[in-house]
Amino acid sequence: MRALCWHGKKDVRCDTVPDPQIEHPRDAIIKVTSCAICGSDLHLYDGFMMGMKDGDILGHEFMGEVVEVGPGNKKLKVGDRVVVPFTIVCGECDQCQRGNYSVCERTNRNKELADKVFGHTTAGLFGYTHLTGGYPGGQAEYVRVPYADVGPVKIPDSLSDEKVLFLGDIFPTGWQAASQCDIQPTDTVAIWGAGPVAQFAIRSALLLGAKQVIAIDRLPDRLSMARAGGATTIDFDEESVVERLDELTQGKGPEKCIDAVGMEAHATHSVDSMIDRAKQAVMLETDRPHVLREMIYCARPAGTLSIPGVYGGLVDKIPFGPLMNKGLTVRTGQTHVNRWTDGLLRMIQENVIDPSFVITHTCELEDGPEMYKTFRDKQDSCIKAVLKPH
Amino acid sequence: MKIPRKLAGRKAASRSAARALGWFSIGLGLAELLAPGALARFLGLEGRERLLRTYGTREIATGVGILNSSNPEPWVWGRVAGDALDLASLGAAFVRSDNKLGVAAAIGAVAGVTFADIATAQILSELEQKDRTYYRDYSTRTGFSRPVASLRGTVREVRGPRSEPARSGTRPASPLQAS
Repeated sequence: MRALCWHGKKDVRCDTVPDPQIEHPRDAIIKVTSCAICGSDLHLYDGFMMGMKDGDILGHEFMGEVVEVGPGNKKLKVGDRVVVPFTIVCGECDQCQRGNYSVCERTNRNKELADKVFGHTTAGLFGYTHLTGGYPGGQAEYVRVPYADVGPVKIPDSLSDEKVLFLGDIFPTGWQAASQCDIQPTDTVAIWGAGPVAQFAIRSALLLGAKQVIAIDRLPDRLSMARAGGATTIDFDEESVVERLDELTQGKGPEKCIDAVGMEAHATHSVDSMIDRAKQAVMLETDRPHVLREMIYCARPAGTLSIPGVYGGLVDKIPFGPLMNKGLTVRTGQTHVNRWTDGLLRMIQENVIDPSFVITHTCELEDGPEMYKTFRDKQDSCIKAVLKPH
Repeated sequence: MKIPRKLAGRKAASRSAARALGWFSIGLGLAELLAPGALARFLGLEGRERLLRTYGTREIATGVGILNSSNPEPWVWGRVAGDALDLASLGAAFVRSDNKLGVAAAIGAVAGVTFADIATAQILSELEQKDRTYYRDYSTRTGFSRPVASLRGTVREVRGPRSEPARSGTRPASPLQAS
């Protein structure tokens, strides 16, 4: 089969690789009908995440049709349409029982490595380094889904791929980012970044009742989509983020702040970002945490910082004094996708939201390497790219 | 409540930085033109006064270019190139100077200014690129079938518990049960 494989920094190729096989009775093989390039794939593409190996199949946002089922899988049958969450979950461990699916204790098959790096393992993830299991990803014609009797979400035929594909990652990620802010009707929610996750966080914050949602970015296309979702926008090229947030909150600061940027904050955003970039170059720091610093500074005391943006390792010069003295709450983590999928699927079915609004580019799997470049460089107003392996 | 404006966006800040670098360039250029002997002695570049005057002329030219141009970006990149020349000359001077500490301090100062030059030039380049780029307008892509304003706070009407498609013993999870 064909698959998008990682071969090093900025080197993704469409290779021919062996077809996946059932390896465990609970497995299923999915024929991928749609998959997407996620912003967090770019951290792999840019070489900022450790634990990738030459030839690894990328992709953790995908859906398709079940073509083979293991004998122990009573949930799925051949022909089912499913969206597959990017987190692989067993459904039985203590964390899964609590709904903390992204820290499932059983599904990371490289648990010892993860224990060493993180202290305790997190869940296995599709196509996202050997630190999280080294599972082949879904930017491929076919993919093996472990624990397929738990994670995959069955999709009715009446819903198009485009409407439901993002249930596997960015829709629940944006939703969780807003939900864990515990939004009150008087709250201003400020969201750094206006990429795909941020677009869903904006709409989720609105649905959850935020008085005001503010999106911060520099690209006019992304800001226009943010405004469409109900956000007031700040273009940090034109305005001071700190000053404008103060203006919009009568000098109090936003009660809830969401970091939808993560480890690759714009390298020339500010002096601290430039220093971070220099440190990255000489391996003194792995991530560029400008957004974290700015959120801590801007947030209203007793506010909440929600961090769906991916961080990989070590960050420097985090103003922990202001964080502590302002009494800020920090909530973060990979998304507990299965915690949200049923409710969000129902919102799609009831026509409350149509997640396909975020798709700006669609192409064949073979065009994936070029699309990585387009998405990475934010060319052609690319916000979300969907690939069609079949 | 009106907040007094003190801070600027990246565009205005980079323009201000460019102007500051322009004035700095002129000041340094004048020093190199008017007192090359003293500078040469301090840096261990005795006999290279003419070179220093040339550098001074270059500094003044780039400074005037930055201050008088509607687009200072190429002039600031010109400063970066000049910084490279300065560092090369100072490196050579360091080898033969008796005042190594002084030359090292000069190298450090030029390196700092080089960082500021590169940062300013990069930001100006990005802004110039942004001005030249066509961006699509996605302002009709709401994602909602109803007007945005009518949806504020309505989520509790549509979300709710639903059984988790999991194996026996798994506790149902839903948006309402988020912890």
